[in-house]
Amino acid sequence: MSVRETATRDMSATGIVSAYEMVVGLEVHVQLLTRTKAFCLCATDFGAPPNTNVCPVCLGLPGALPVLSDHVVDLAVRAATALDCRIHERSVFARKNYFYPDLPKGYQISQYDRPLATQGRLTVENVAGDPESTVRITRVHIEEDAGKSIHDRFAAASAIDLNRAGVPLIEIVTEPDIRSAAAAGAFLRALKQLLEYLEVSDVSMEEGSVRVDANVSARPVGATTLGTKTELKNLNSFSAVERALDSEFARQCDLLARGQRVVQQTMLWDGGSSSVRPARSKEESHDYRYFPDPDLPPLVVASDRVERVRRHLPELPATRRTRYREAFGLSAYDADVLTASKSLGDYFEDCARLHRDPKIVANWVMGAVRAALNVSKREIEDFPLRPADLAELLDLVAHETVSGTAAKRIFALMLETNRGATEIAEREGLLQVRDDSALRDWIDQVIAEHEHEAARCANGERKLLGVLVGFVMKKSKGSADPRRVSQLLAERLGV
Amino acid sequence: MTQSARQAVDAAFQRANAVRAGADGLNAILWSDAKAAHNEAAEVDHRIAKGDVGALAGVPIVVKDNIATIGSPTTCGSRILEGYHSPFEATAIRRLRDAGAVLIAKTNLDEFAMGSSTEFSAFGRTRHPLDPALVPGGSSGGSAAAVAAGITRVGLGSETGGSVRQPAAFCGVVGVKPTYGRVSRFGLIAFASSLDQIGVFGTTVDDAAAVMHVIAGHDPRDATSVDAPVPDYREQRSDLDGVVIGRPREYFPDQLDPPIAELCHRALDHFRELGATVRDVSLPNTELAIPAYYIIAPAEASSNLARFDGVRYGLRVTDHGLRGMYEATRSKGFGPEVTRRILLGTYVLSAGYYDAYYATAMRARTLITRDFDDVFGSDVDVLFTPTTPTPAFAAGAKSDPYEMYMSDIFTVTANLAGIPAISLPIGRVGGLPVGGQLLAPHFGEGRMFAVARALESALGSEAHR
Amino acid sequence: MSISLDEVRHIAALARLGISEERARVAAVELSSILEHMQVLSKVAGADMSANTERGMMLRPDTGPPIPLERPPIDFAPSMRDGFFLVPRLETHEDSQEGA
Repeated sequence: MSVRETATRDMSATGIVSAYEMVVGLEVHVQLLTRTKAFCLCATDFGAPPNTNVCPVCLGLPGALPVLSDHVVDLAVRAATALDCRIHERSVFARKNYFYPDLPKGYQISQYDRPLATQGRLTVENVAGDPESTVRITRVHIEEDAGKSIHDRFAAASAIDLNRAGVPLIEIVTEPDIRSAAAAGAFLRALKQLLEYLEVSDVSMEEGSVRVDANVSARPVGATTLGTKTELKNLNSFSAVERALDSEFARQCDLLARGQRVVQQTMLWDGGSSSVRPARSKEESHDYRYFPDPDLPPLVVASDRVERVRRHLPELPATRRTRYREAFGLSAYDADVLTASKSLGDYFEDCARLHRDPKIVANWVMGAVRAALNVSKREIEDFPLRPADLAELLDLVAHETVSGTAAKRIFALMLETNRGATEIAEREGLLQVRDDSALRDWIDQVIAEHEHEAARCANGERKLLGVLVGFVMKKSKGSADPRRVSQLLAERLGV
Repeated sequence: MTQSARQAVDAAFQRANAVRAGADGLNAILWSDAKAAHNEAAEVDHRIAKGDVGALAGVPIVVKDNIATIGSPTTCGSRILEGYHSPFEATAIRRLRDAGAVLIAKTNLDEFAMGSSTEFSAFGRTRHPLDPALVPGGSSGGSAAAVAAGITRVGLGSETGGSVRQPAAFCGVVGVKPTYGRVSRFGLIAFASSLDQIGVFGTTVDDAAAVMHVIAGHDPRDATSVDAPVPDYREQRSDLDGVVIGRPREYFPDQLDPPIAELCHRALDHFRELGATVRDVSLPNTELAIPAYYIIAPAEASSNLARFDGVRYGLRVTDHGLRGMYEATRSKGFGPEVTRRILLGTYVLSAGYYDAYYATAMRARTLITRDFDDVFGSDVDVLFTPTTPTPAFAAGAKSDPYEMYMSDIFTVTANLAGIPAISLPIGRVGGLPVGGQLLAPHFGEGRMFAVARALESALGSEAHR
Repeated sequence: MSISLDEVRHIAALARLGISEERARVAAVELSSILEHMQVLSKVAGADMSANTERGMMLRPDTGPPIPLERPPIDFAPSMRDGFFLVPRLETHEDSQEGA
C-alpha cells in the first residue's frame, strides 16, 4: 500500500475530508445502436475477426470520404431530446487532429464548438437521503470511435484492429453538478436506464459500448468557486467510477489540507490497487488543432425531424413507474424494481397482459424470476421462460388446476426441462386432485400414520388440523386441493 | 466513329513514344501499360459491337496520379505512396469507364498536387512540350503536357487553386474547373478538401465539355457532392447577343505583362463583335485571395496528409519506436514543398494562432465569395480575365515559395468561391501559349462552355498564334 | 509575424515530421517570410461573418454493402500478422487514453 493511500485512509478516519465538498462533472461516451458505422457502411458487429469490418473509409485510405448515417442523427437527437436538450438546427463536424496508430485518418471526426445539442438535464431519483436531484447536461455531440490497440499480444509490437474505427458514439457532458461518488453512480445508472429505454445504446461497459471520464475537484464546504480539477480515466465500471472518485477526492483533500495545490492533470484509475496515478502526459497532447471538417457540410436537423423523433420517443422510466402504480396498482417499490431495466419491465408487462392479475405477475417476476436470473447470472433477455410460459403457469394456479406449492415445483422443472407448465403438471402428477375418493384415501392413510395427532385434533386441538392437511398435501406431492382436504378432514374428525 | 477503340488507344501509345512522354523525355506519364489498355479497348470495341456506345466510347484518356484507379499505381507523385495500388476506384474514373473511355496513363504532378510547375514530383519534373527547359505549369502538368503533345485529346487533372487552368494556359490547351460539388471527389486524394475538384483538359472546349458531362453529377459517396441535374453542356451559340461579360479590374493590374493584356483585349474585342456587352466590374477583395488560400489550403492539407503514417499502407521507415517510425516515414516520404505546407498548415491551426490565421482566412474567403455573388447578381453572366500573369516560366526560376504561389493569383479565387472556371488558349507571346479565363456563377457551366466555344471559334487559329 | 526555431520544432513534432536542425532553421525563415504576406488579412480580422447559408449535408441510410476493397489489407499493409496491423510497441500505453 502506498504512503499516499495510507495517508488518505487515516485522514478519512479523522474527518478532514468532511471539511471539503466534492465537485464532479462527467463525460460519458455511448456507442449508438446502428447497423453501420457512422461514416461508412461497415458493420458494427462486436467480435468479428480483426480488420474484417473495414473499408476504404474507415481504413483512412487515400481518396475515401465520410458520409454520415441518418440513423446516427436520429439516435443522437432521441437521446438529446430525452435529456431535455436544446437541439441545434445547425451543428458542425470538426476534426480533432492527433497521431495514434488506431486513429486511421490522423484525426477523429467529432463535434467541437457547434455541437448537436446543449443545455439539457437529467433528473435522478432515489439518491440516498436525497429524493431527487437534477444534473445539468452541458452538451450532447456525435463523434466516431477509434480502433483498438492491443499491446500484449506480440513482442515489441502493438497490434491494431480497426473494426471499431468509425463506430458512432455520442458524448454526453454534464455540468459540475454532482456532489458525491454515490450521486455520480446514481446519475450513471439513471442515464444507462434512460438510454436503454430509448434503445439508443445497449450501454454495456464490458463490451465497451459506454465509457466514462470524470472531472473532479475539491473545495472547502461553503465555497462557491471551483477548485482545480483533475480528469479521471480508465474507469471500467460504474463502481470503479465511484471508487476512483472517492480515492481521488481524498488525495485532493489531503493536498489542500496540507496547503498544497492540486495540479490539473489526467489521472488513471488502477482497479487492481484501488488507487489513482497520474497519466504520463504528452508534451503537446492538448493541441488538437480542431477545425471544421471540410468533407462534411453542416449537419442540419430541421425542426420537423426533431418533432418526429419526439413524437416517437418511447415511454421513459419515470412515466412507466407512474403507470405501473396507477394502472396495475403496484406499490412504489414494486414499480421501481420492475422498471429498473426496460427489458424486465417489458417482460412483466407482456406477462401481465396474458395473465390479467398484475400483482401476482409482479410477485412472481420480482421473486422467482429474479432469483432464477441471479442464480444463473443471466439477463432477462436470455431467460428461457418467456412471458407466455410464465403466464401459462400462473393461469394454472388461478384456475386452481395446480396448487401454489406445486407451482413452485413446476417453475423449477420448467427451467430444467424447457417444457410447458401444463405438460409438466400432468407428467409429474401435480394437477390438483379434487376427487373426494382419492383425497379420502390419503386422509385415511395420514390418520392411520398419525393416530395421536388425529385424536388430539378430534378432541378440540383445532390448530392441528393444519398440520394434518400438510401431511396430506405432502402425501399427494402437492397435487391435492388443500381447501377440500381441510373440509374432508374436518368432517372426518368431526370438528 | 471511324476508328476502333483499339486503334485509338494504340495510336495514343505511338504518339506517346514519338514525343517521348515517359521519364526519359517529357516525363508527363508516370505509369502506363499499353497491353492492359489495348485489352480494355478491345472490351470497349466489343461493347460497341453490341450496341453499347457510351458518350466516350473508345476515347483514350490520361489521368493525374492523385486520382485512385485500379490496374495502375496511384502515387500522388510522392515517395510515401510509391508502389501503392488503390484497392478502390474514384467515382469519376468509374463513370469514364462506364462511358467507354479507356484510361491509358497516370500522369505526373507536383507531389500531392502542391505546386504550380510540376517540378515538385518525387519522380522528376515534367517538361513543357514546346521547350524542355520550361515548366508545363502545375500541379496537373503531366496531363496538360500529354494533351498538348497530342497523346490524347482529353485528360483529368485536379484543381485546388488553379492546378488545371494554369497548366492548360501554359501548354495551350483547354482546362476546366467545375463548380465545387459538381464532380465527386470520391477517389481524388485530398489536398485541401474544401477547394479540391477534379478538372478536365481538352484539346477543344467540346472535348473538355464532353468529359465534364460524363463525370459530373451527384455521388452518394461524397457528402460535398451536390444533387443537382447536369444540364446539356453542348449548347452552341453563333452570337453572344444579350450576354454581359464582366472585366474585373483587379485582374488587369498595371503591372500585367503588356503582351498578355493585349491578347486579353483582343479576346474582349471578339466578344463585342459577337454581340456581347463588356462591362468593367470590381471584385474588391481579390487581394485577400492568395493569403487566404495559402492559409486554408495548407491547414486542410496538414490534416489530410496525417493519414500517411506508415501504419496501414504506403512507405514505412522504421526508427526508434512508434514516434521514430512516424517521423522517419514522413520525413523520407514527403518532399520539401509538402513538408513546408504541412508545417505552415499545422502552425496556422495550432493553439493560439487559429483565430489570427485560419478563422481570419475563412472570413476573407466569405468576402471573396460575396464579391462574385454581387457581380453575378448584377446581370453579369461571366467574367473574363487572363488565366496567369505570365506564360510558362523556366524550371528553377521561382525559388522563393511565395513567388511561386503568386502564379495562382488569377485562379485561386474560383476555388475559394467554389465557382466554375475555364481557361482556353487566346494567343501566344514569344511562341508560348497564353490562356484566357472565364469565370461563371455556381453551376453555370453550361453558359460558361457556350461563351468559351464562341470565343474559341471566333479566335480560330489566332488562338495558337 | 515571424516564427521562431522553437515554434518550428513544436509544429514539426505535432505533425510528426522529423526534420533536421538545419531544415528547421530554413523553415523558420521561409515560413516567417510567407506569413509576412498574410498581414493583409488583418483588415478582416474580427469581422462578423455568420452566414449559415451553406447547404446542409445529405445523409445516407443505415444499410447497404460497404465499399468493397478490391484487395485485402495484407496486400498494402507494411506489416501485418494474424489480421492485425503491426506497429512498434508504444512507449506508454497511456497514450491510448487520450482523445477517445
